[in-house]
Amino acid sequence: MTDLSQLGVAGPIYEPLNQPFWEAAAQGVLKIQHCGACDRHVFYPRPICPHCWADALDWVAVSGRGRLKSYSEIWKPGHPGWIPVAPYLVGLVELDEGPTLLSHILAQDNHVQIGDRLTLAPTQIGGRVLPCFRKDPS
Amino acid sequence: MRHLTPRAAISGIGELKPVRKTENVATMDLLMRVAAEAIADAGITADEIDGLLVAPQVGETPQHVPATVAEYFGMQPTMSNMVDLGGASGPGMIWRAAAAIAAGQCETVLCVIGNHRNPVPPKSPNRNPAREFDTPFGASGANTSYALLMQAHMAAYGCTPEDYAQIAAGARGNAQFNPMAIFYGQPASVEEVLASPMVASPLHLFEIVMPVAGADAVIVTTADRAAKGPHRPVHLLGAGEKITHRAVSQAPSLTSGPLKPSIARALSQAGLSIEDIDFLSLYDCYTIMVAATIEDAGLCAPGQFGAWLRDNGGMGHEARKPINTHGGQLGFGQPDLAGGMTHVVEVVRQIRGTAPGRQMSRCDTALITGNGATMSEAVALVLGGAL
Ligand SMILES: [Zn+2]
Repeated sequence: MTDLSQLGVAGPIYEPLNQPFWEAAAQGVLKIQHCGACDRHVFYPRPICPHCWADALDWVAVSGRGRLKSYSEIWKPGHPGWIPVAPYLVGLVELDEGPTLLSHILAQDNHVQIGDRLTLAPTQIGGRVLPCFRKDPS
Repeated sequence: MRHLTPRAAISGIGELKPVRKTENVATMDLLMRVAAEAIADAGITADEIDGLLVAPQVGETPQHVPATVAEYFGMQPTMSNMVDLGGASGPGMIWRAAAAIAAGQCETVLCVIGNHRNPVPPKSPNRNPAREFDTPFGASGANTSYALLMQAHMAAYGCTPEDYAQIAAGARGNAQFNPMAIFYGQPASVEEVLASPMVASPLHLFEIVMPVAGADAVIVTTADRAAKGPHRPVHLLGAGEKITHRAVSQAPSLTSGPLKPSIARALSQAGLSIEDIDFLSLYDCYTIMVAATIEDAGLCAPGQFGAWLRDNGGMGHEARKPINTHGGQLGFGQPDLAGGMTHVVEVVRQIRGTAPGRQMSRCDTALITGNGATMSEAVALVLGGAL
């Protein structure tokens, strides 16, 4: 099976607003925004809090722990660059801090269930380290 | 000519200082900052906004612009649109906002336009949040999004693959009565649907629309003028719209969508209940979309669409409530954005009584649903043969 690090796939486009997320990811850390006014976490990055519209967002490292809200085993990828590693898992990860993000899910034989506990698993995909998630050993 | 009634008023404004250049700033960033100014100027809070009009975003978000902006803003408007009239887009937004308010679709509309001026063009013309935070992980295209929705729906209610597959089989069955359909002459049983290749679990190939070329058009006029035409007029009795998000990761629910409030509003405007509807013309990009819509329309409890469909006698023109008699997009083919209009055209045929080989015995009222992005952009219409 082809290594994920060998894939020729599209990566993020860095800009000042999202740079803290991708810089932290490269270091194996998951950082998202937190609103000092309404005390809620925000994902993906915004200039202003989408919950209370206060200009009070800061970057914080989060636990990297969450729950699998849904998943799919992708047999026919939408982007041809992913064909060498199909079938693979993508899933919706509800972070313990609240927000949900979509990520690449690593699990033995692609065996997962909705509700599974997940932990951050920084993984090199193409030329960059991305915040993927791994199923916790039960 | 009649006056615009009730007259609408402008209550807030915002404007950013012009700059010759921006440095890697997304248009979305500028839009949120200027929207915050207008909201503050109007003396309201963002949650009072229920209408959103935006303009095209050159080089940033090619499609689903209103949903992308609404999700970014944390808003869930009941009326949203992109006004693409070049330099006339701004003024064009103002009367459209007033018309939407007069139509009872919303009360407070944010009209927002802007664009970055970054010196180096971005590598990709598509760098909105769904592209930035989903695609790098191996999720691209609608198949993944609807697979995630279907997996969640299946797990929440214990529905079986056969429950969903009967929707694809029903659509293929209806296509056998429509020589225009791409799958005319190619029926598919539930077993054949489940034997078709897995694309993104739990979605099989036959549960996904086939992309085709095509086109649809509709003429809308006053009831008086329509009455003078050659056909039975088909009246718009009610409408509802709701936008909840853009990317599937940001969906407020994975098992119920914005069609639920849209259908409720459309029925309420029409003064009808779902049981009064003769014909269901339901947007069917995937089997899960029809399943969720049957439940969101209140035809059965969540998770019960499979049993409801069996009790309904399937989806054909002789069923208790026929569904997508033209074959739906699963049987007719999806001519890109025109796919949603095929559901309107078929309703007109059925209400006129001109659906050869598949005419319902009685069709005086119909529900049409439209759906976009990731079960996130919804429009419901109630049409009828009498006012
Ligand atoms: Zn806040």
